[in-house]
Amino acid sequence: MADRLRVIACGAIAPELKQAYAALGVEVVIDPLPAPLHNTPERITAAVLDRIAAHPHDRILVGYADCGTGGRLDAALSELGIERLPGAHCYELFAGSQAFSELQAAEPGTFYLTDFLLRNFDLLVWRGLGLDRHPELRDIYFANYRRVVLLSQRTEPADIIAAQDAADRLGLDFEHIQTGLQPLTIALSGSAA
Amino acid sequence: MSEEEFDLSTLNDVELVEQMHDDLYDGLAEEIAEATQILLDRGWDAPRALNEALVEGMRIVGVDFRDGILFVPEVLLAANAMKAGMALLRPILIETGAETIGKVVIGTVKGDIHDIGKNLVGMMFEGAGFEVIDLGINTDVDEYLAALDEHKPDILGLSALLTTTMPYMKVVIDTLVEKGIRNNYIVLVGGAPLNEEFGAAIGADAYCRDAAVATETAEALVLARRLTSGED
Repeated sequence: MADRLRVIACGAIAPELKQAYAALGVEVVIDPLPAPLHNTPERITAAVLDRIAAHPHDRILVGYADCGTGGRLDAALSELGIERLPGAHCYELFAGSQAFSELQAAEPGTFYLTDFLLRNFDLLVWRGLGLDRHPELRDIYFANYRRVVLLSQRTEPADIIAAQDAADRLGLDFEHIQTGLQPLTIALSGSAA
Repeated sequence: MSEEEFDLSTLNDVELVEQMHDDLYDGLAEEIAEATQILLDRGWDAPRALNEALVEGMRIVGVDFRDGILFVPEVLLAANAMKAGMALLRPILIETGAETIGKVVIGTVKGDIHDIGKNLVGMMFEGAGFEVIDLGINTDVDEYLAALDEHKPDILGLSALLTTTMPYMKVVIDTLVEKGIRNNYIVLVGGAPLNEEFGAAIGADAYCRDAAVATETAEALVLARRLTSGED
């Protein structure tokens, strides 16, 4: 459907994008890519380009930030004249740029979780880092980290407990920040038409 | 000793070094430390043990990582095993004043606390015969400048893992240019989100995609600089 904006999005933020666009009253087609790409940023650009190529007649917004592509995604999208979401990664989208910048300045050794990453902690973090096979690597991966910050889009008591448990497993302090969807909605408002 | 274990000291030198390559590949730190000590007890000097056993073993690991046969956890375990061997060799290398082929100041840039790749590069540099001054993590430009002034290295190595911190590499290089000292050093950059275009755009001498490439690049550029400056 060419008249509605197609948002080719990271699967890890697709549900929140859908809710935020709904809050803006904008109808879009959310077209998610597999969320595990979050762990392999070197594959994101090619996956996005393949999906764009499959919809040559659509108006497209790429529902990724830079996401660790180191400018490769921007370079590819620039050639096509297609925009992406602002910012460095989903943590910045959810927290808002100013708030994220302050969080990172306060403690560079911060490991961030979102609702999605919390729900998939075992798959994407624990197993993703090979800690299921080699738990002894935890203290190498996280030697310079000090805290886990849960940037939550919803507030469920069970989530807070699960995030605290995740922080304990990583051997880190825990903090919770309720971001809701407002920062994401504001970020989308510039590209909502 | 279980039935599957065997005594490393029963192996001859060739077999033992091959076993060390296998044990590095499998990330067996205790076995690497034991075998390194056996080589030293047999009269091997530290540089030879380092190069033939540890560095060559890590080179094999690096190739398989590049080819997608090994993944980050396995490389980390291998690096940890190499570290166990280095812990025995480093004091000897320092004590005996083993000849170095150059000096490197290396650090992760300001705002970034990731050092796994940087540490691996540092170890591989040591293995290649460089003296390595590691500034650690979250290094600001003044710390780099102070280290360059104090140690007068051949190479400055800048590391970053984050898209948000990699631009700080340009801050460091631009400061070197402003102070008129950029050409005194070979500047190498590395980290997961970087690429060759970025390295060139910020004025680095080279982008190094992994520790093995970093080591080969460092050796080649130091040699080229010495040849063109008439040294050696």
